[in-house]
Amino acid sequence: MDSPFTVPAIVIVTLATVIIGAYGLRLARTTSDFLVASRTVSARWNAAAIGGEYLSAASFLGVAGLVLKFGVDVLWYPVGFAAGYLALLLFVAAPLRRSGAFTLPDFCELRLRSRRLRKLATAFVVFIGWLYLVPQMQGAGLTLTTVTGGSYLMGVLLVGVVVTASVALGGMRSITFVQAFQYWLKLTALAVPVLFLALHWQMEGTTPPDPVFRETTTVHFDHPAKLTQADGTVLAPSAGETLTFQAGEPVPKVESVNYGTDWLLPGERGLFATYSLILATFLGTMGLPHVLVRFYTNPDGSAARRTTLVVLALVGMFYLFPTLYGVLGRVYTPELLLTGRTDAVVLLLPSSALGTGLLGQLLGSLVAAGAFAAFLSSSSGLLTSVAGVLSTDVLGRGSVRDFRISAIAGGIVPIVLALNVSGLDVSQVVGMAFAVAASSFCPLLVLGIWWRGLTDAGAAAGILAGGGAAIGAVLLTVLGPPLPGWLSVLIGQPAAWTVPLAFAVMVLVSLATRHRLPGTVSTIMLRLHAPDPVAASRG
Amino acid sequence: MERTRVVLREVRQRAVEQELAEQTQVGEALIKGLMRAQLSLALRLAVVVLIGLGGLPLVFYFAPPHGKSSILPWLLLGVAAYPFLFAAGYTYVKLAENNERDFSAVVRRDG
Repeated sequence: MDSPFTVPAIVIVTLATVIIGAYGLRLARTTSDFLVASRTVSARWNAAAIGGEYLSAASFLGVAGLVLKFGVDVLWYPVGFAAGYLALLLFVAAPLRRSGAFTLPDFCELRLRSRRLRKLATAFVVFIGWLYLVPQMQGAGLTLTTVTGGSYLMGVLLVGVVVTASVALGGMRSITFVQAFQYWLKLTALAVPVLFLALHWQMEGTTPPDPVFRETTTVHFDHPAKLTQADGTVLAPSAGETLTFQAGEPVPKVESVNYGTDWLLPGERGLFATYSLILATFLGTMGLPHVLVRFYTNPDGSAARRTTLVVLALVGMFYLFPTLYGVLGRVYTPELLLTGRTDAVVLLLPSSALGTGLLGQLLGSLVAAGAFAAFLSSSSGLLTSVAGVLSTDVLGRGSVRDFRISAIAGGIVPIVLALNVSGLDVSQVVGMAFAVAASSFCPLLVLGIWWRGLTDAGAAAGILAGGGAAIGAVLLTVLGPPLPGWLSVLIGQPAAWTVPLAFAVMVLVSLATRHRLPGTVSTIMLRLHAPDPVAASRG
Repeated sequence: MERTRVVLREVRQRAVEQELAEQTQVGEALIKGLMRAQLSLALRLAVVVLIGLGGLPLVFYFAPPHGKSSILPWLLLGVAAYPFLFAAGYTYVKLAENNERDFSAVVRRDG
């Protein structure tokens, strides 16, 4: 895709991010300003900021790519991503805000009075943060390769450096403005092109011409395949073979891909995997460190509830669009099924469907800009929370200088990792971050808020058992050999057993260590649950 | 204007706090009641959503859609799920705020 507008569009998005960040920098004066935006952010700004931060590369590019490949089954990803905010609203939002905790480690110390549990939570925040940051930077590298032909290295470095610098310099106030701006940019970047695409599809009728390769494409086959060409002849490349298709040649159909109406129907992934995914996304959102930090910027518990409700609306509105891209991708860009680069469908669809005229080029650049906004916003939110816990718990005592040093240290690690690991699948890794969060912080928050009997020993044991098992599953999937049959499902989608494990261990160990119950539990429960005017004087 | 209101609220807050601190027994019972009400509200809505959305994979598994009805899973998961989730969230916020208003009314009456 070579549109003259793409590079300027990406440059504008990046500059706007830096400039809005700098505008916030002038406002950020004290440490408290710096870290929590002084808790003066209004519900609508805050909700847009949460949405902007949450909708990452996995949402912007990954969902459409998955729909293109797997059909209706993977719609559970976006539904789960949105439903996570409902779980957050029902069980966590208002009490968490009233607790006054800024980060998850803060919550541990406040509720259970344990420094050691605080350290454990810090380790998990940093692990989840990095697990989520690496695919963001990879996505940026891949996008830059796809849309400009630039190098992977450049894309990773560009996003990595811009994000690290803006977090280190601006802190959270500026990030709030940046994130809110980027939510609306992302929504526009998907919504406007899809209107044109849908109109085009309507006018063309439901049977568009057979798709052809738009440029000379070389496909390398890792596995033996069977390709059926338009004239009915069958190609059968073996593993390791390379085929080159000329521009203008019709795109053949791959045997292993489902072209029939089965793609329309649910049921290919199996019930266990589907329910495991639903559980991970439904319960994982509340355990994502960058989402929770933002709740502190609400003035009180009721505002936290209203903000979450607005987020639910904004995120739901966004997720209407990736599905359409995936479906239209079946019509206009089936060559991606052959090359395996299905994650690029959002980027390539405008020019594939509308041609390489001015309209196609402009819309293509708009989508590329939106994709960049997705990387920038998610990674800066993640880095802010990683730097937040690093600066208060590991590298210093939470001064502005500590925060800056932590931001740089926290940013370098995922950049280096992203440069060295390029084989990971974006959506898969993000799904694993959800599974780890759902098996560690979700039980901690839910039991900590609603059950007086939780002890520090119980919480630590539950986090280690559930979260540890989920991390083990992640490492095994990423680094280990391919697993046979049902084992690969258990390990690849671990939430269905690691979440109940974490809850069970937490409850049992707490019951066994009842003598460790903190004496302050009544005061804390009053603070968490009493309506705001009552609680405020206690805080 | 703003300042007056804030001061008034603080005075009222202090009175409530004193009351809760002095009558720990009553205060504790009240808070426990509120927690129970809020948790059961949250659980009931979670069950509604879990049955409404979480039941779909089972429905699709045991009664696979076919022919014309194969568009149904797309509409349910791709479109209808989001307003449904929002409606659940909206209901929760309304009812949870009602619970809190009731609680505050009781606290004030006791004081």
